[in-house]
Amino acid sequence: MNIITNNKWIGQRTIRPDGADKVTGRAAFAADTNMPGMIWGKILRSPHPHARIRSIDTSKAEALPGVKAVVTSRDIVDFPVDKSVMLGIQDMRWMCRNVMARDKALFPGHPVAAVAATTEAIAARACELIEVDYEVLPWSIEIDDALTPDAPVLHEFIKFEGKPSNIAGRLEVKKGDIAEGFKQAEVVIERSFTTRPVHQGYIEPHACLISVAPDNKTTIWSSSQGQFMVRAMTAYLTGIPQSDIRAIPAEIGGGFGGKTIVYLEPLATLLAKKSGRPVKMVMTREEVMRATGPTSGSKSTVKIGAKKDGSIVAAQGTFYLQAGALPGSPIRGAVGCSFSPYDIPNVLSVGFDVLSNRSKVAAYRAPGAPIGAYAVECVMDELAEALKMDPLELRLKNAARQGTKAAFGPVFPRIGYVETLQAARAHPHYSAPLGKLQGRGVASGFWFNAGGESSAQVNITEDGNVVVTTGHPDIGGSRAAIANICAELLGIDYRRVSVLIGDTATIGFSNLTGGSRVLFASAMVVTQSTDKIITTLRERAAKIWEIDPEAVKWENGAAHPASPNAGKFEPLTLAELAAKAPQMGGPIGAGVQLNTEGAEGGFGTHICDVEVDPELGIVRVIRYTAVQDVGRAIHPGYVEGQMQGGVAQGIGWALNEEYIYNRDGKVDNPGFLDYRMPVCSDLPMLDTVMVEVPNPKHPQGVKGVGEVPLVPVMAAVANAIHNALGKRFYSLPMSPPRVLEVIEAKA
Amino acid sequence: MTDIRYLAPSTLNEAVSAFAAGGSAARILAGGTDLLVQMRAGSVKPGLIVDIKKIAEMTAIEQTADGGFRIGAAVPGAVLAEHPRFGEVWPGVLEAVNLIGSTQVQGRASAGGNLCNGSPAGDSVPAMVAAGAIVTVQGPNGRRELPVEKVPAGPGRTNLLPGEILVSFTLPTRPPGSGDAYLRMIPRTEMDIAVVGVGVSLTLKGGVCSAARVGLGAVAPTVLLVEAAAKALIGSKLDDAALNAAANACSAACRPIDDKRGTIVYRTKIAGVLLRRTAAIAARRAREN
Repeated sequence: MNIITNNKWIGQRTIRPDGADKVTGRAAFAADTNMPGMIWGKILRSPHPHARIRSIDTSKAEALPGVKAVVTSRDIVDFPVDKSVMLGIQDMRWMCRNVMARDKALFPGHPVAAVAATTEAIAARACELIEVDYEVLPWSIEIDDALTPDAPVLHEFIKFEGKPSNIAGRLEVKKGDIAEGFKQAEVVIERSFTTRPVHQGYIEPHACLISVAPDNKTTIWSSSQGQFMVRAMTAYLTGIPQSDIRAIPAEIGGGFGGKTIVYLEPLATLLAKKSGRPVKMVMTREEVMRATGPTSGSKSTVKIGAKKDGSIVAAQGTFYLQAGALPGSPIRGAVGCSFSPYDIPNVLSVGFDVLSNRSKVAAYRAPGAPIGAYAVECVMDELAEALKMDPLELRLKNAARQGTKAAFGPVFPRIGYVETLQAARAHPHYSAPLGKLQGRGVASGFWFNAGGESSAQVNITEDGNVVVTTGHPDIGGSRAAIANICAELLGIDYRRVSVLIGDTATIGFSNLTGGSRVLFASAMVVTQSTDKIITTLRERAAKIWEIDPEAVKWENGAAHPASPNAGKFEPLTLAELAAKAPQMGGPIGAGVQLNTEGAEGGFGTHICDVEVDPELGIVRVIRYTAVQDVGRAIHPGYVEGQMQGGVAQGIGWALNEEYIYNRDGKVDNPGFLDYRMPVCSDLPMLDTVMVEVPNPKHPQGVKGVGEVPLVPVMAAVANAIHNALGKRFYSLPMSPPRVLEVIEAKA
Repeated sequence: MTDIRYLAPSTLNEAVSAFAAGGSAARILAGGTDLLVQMRAGSVKPGLIVDIKKIAEMTAIEQTADGGFRIGAAVPGAVLAEHPRFGEVWPGVLEAVNLIGSTQVQGRASAGGNLCNGSPAGDSVPAMVAAGAIVTVQGPNGRRELPVEKVPAGPGRTNLLPGEILVSFTLPTRPPGSGDAYLRMIPRTEMDIAVVGVGVSLTLKGGVCSAARVGLGAVAPTVLLVEAAAKALIGSKLDDAALNAAANACSAACRPIDDKRGTIVYRTKIAGVLLRRTAAIAARRAREN
């Protein structure tokens, strides 16, 4: 079957199965769930950026009427610091110290104890009654402060070059001979950049409701990007076996990577176990801003050397990324993705994971890649200027293509990067006239994408419709896309396909929603499951017709004789075969579980126009076009939605978003009023161009699309501001005071 | 876990006596768009809430006999916007009031609450100061009037006496050739707090500025009446020299802080930029009247 072209449902903008519930307010998010006898959990958080916990006295809190349970780090399973226990990208050594401070509180907002009580108010009052004896320690927030020789070391057991250090890790990617490469260069540009930590900014705060029965059987309703991740982490941190935990994924109100780890679930589980009552916990926005996410702030230096004809001969990058208070910044994304759009013979890319007294970073949309791309793509713009080349031409001249060996290892198969550059160059936006104080910038970006474990079960109902169950929370329209694929394969109307997200007890292990992997992986298992069902349907028709199954074909939702030679029979529809199922061998359904492979990286090229108010320093994005190689747009509406969402987040990162710290080392703007994410009126229509170069390793040609669109944005905006003002910006955010400062700086 | 008493009296006298009896734990509720947020954040824990929205005088908009306006302290921004005449006479005051919060918030938020919240960044306050609004307050000792710029005492504080409730704003009659305007700087396009706000009201006679008032917000502990800026405008044809002198006067009047919303250097500089832009809009409106 040729499913790449002439599709009926693949490529259609069908109505999403979860759409009506979401627009009418019926969709159940984690905070919407309640249970009889439920009580409320609250967290006592450290007010200090860095403090040794000498003792915790919970007796007064426990004596308060209405308080049913109190937990501290003593209740959480300890993972010794000398032995790594990895779960996905998280190390349980750090997770057990992040959900609750052990010997030290490491950032303001770090949980120190948790209380469950009959009302939220009593729980909050009980938190105030807990007496913590802190020995306040010196602290550092910024990278430079954490790396000075006399900086307070967060963890004595973490060593770099043999000594206790705030550098928790180093990652290097290498290709060719960097020194030799730069010797050949005729033009070299080297610049240093800084970016600030930014929060994922999901609307829905973290929330969960957890019930633990006397026999330890545990049920978790929570908002996450992976119910299996929630189950495993909760099991690790509470000691309850995974088989006793059922994690039910609620609808999710945004994640963007920030819900790929747990904060509340282990604490609520322990409180529920101790109290014997279901425990609900809902973070406030302030808690979200102080203690969850964000992604790293960074400091990087990028050097690129080229011949006068524009061919790049060497590229070097050094990226320092903030991890927060525990190791694990996304240096892999910065180091691995930054130079990947280009075919460069000599590359050296090095990343450092830097600890300081701020909340532990969490994944955020192409973790690390936007930070690296910001530096690289700004240098590319300067290089084009120095070479007097059009910036898209410079990129085309050096573009990665099929057969290019990326510095991080793989040889690219058929990829669509060149096509994105060509589409950008041909787009009317690229040649549209600009007004006074307006400027245009371009930038490209790459993200790895991911495959991994996925499970699906496809069942035919007795009335001949279809129920598909997968194991990935839907954060980008994956249910709609899966319905399109399943309907296409079965040749039926997509409205006959229901797509559900199973809980950990009802569907096989599925890795979390992240890495732009969900549609890639779940389309594979759904396709294989559906193919098995079609085989069954053909076999049953063959039996009825008393012909060979090979002589039956499946088309337009029915079994047909494959050719006139097979005999003349009326088609047997899915509904007819479903009705005959009890007499024909029983229920019709199939499940497939795979560790999927073949997720290929994605590329995007963006064009951004800005207008600057030079007296106030305000930058407004006035036109934006995102071009991306999307593999195959199974549901174009949600592919475009991903592209627009990524761009909107990138514009916020570029222009206004930042944590502002006060003198006490605490975040001073822990809310959406003063943590300035863009609002609708800040953005123009974000135009999208989908370039479809199908992934040769996927049955429908699917490639991850969710993360690439954040990668190029900050550089595109910075390059546009340069084009408008003739001034370069080397730090984010390019907020009005900073823009005014640069405008007024003496040349 | 303390109980909160809620009262919604229908007369001002009842409201004043309840509010005065409630002492420092009592709070006035108009739209609640500051109070409820502060309560949720835990920064205010009132023992008594006196809702003034049931009091007719508090929610009325009257055009006075001499052509001025009296606006009840609890009149929501959306209601003020729908008044057939107010926005024609005081477009600057109206646009300032309508900048408070979102569309939803406008259904509740009032200029009275904006003033009594005591924020130096309240949007309606510089426009009211420029307009020369007089406020009426009533307390246990009766009524009194004072200029709007005398109400703020510092961040989160007012000069109202214990038990006093803000009743209304009175805006004076407008001579022909008058116009007002309000502009604020925010990094975003909406849903933000002023980094600097400037209100200008002026009157032109034969092309010459015969009267002017300038209110400046978010650059000092209270909203400022910048008399030096007004002086620079009065008697001029609002030429560049006069506007620059007024802009410099605004920058000179700034006593800002560095905080999450802006820096001292930035605020001081753009106070002048905004003065020039706001005065230009007010002048254009004056010429059209």
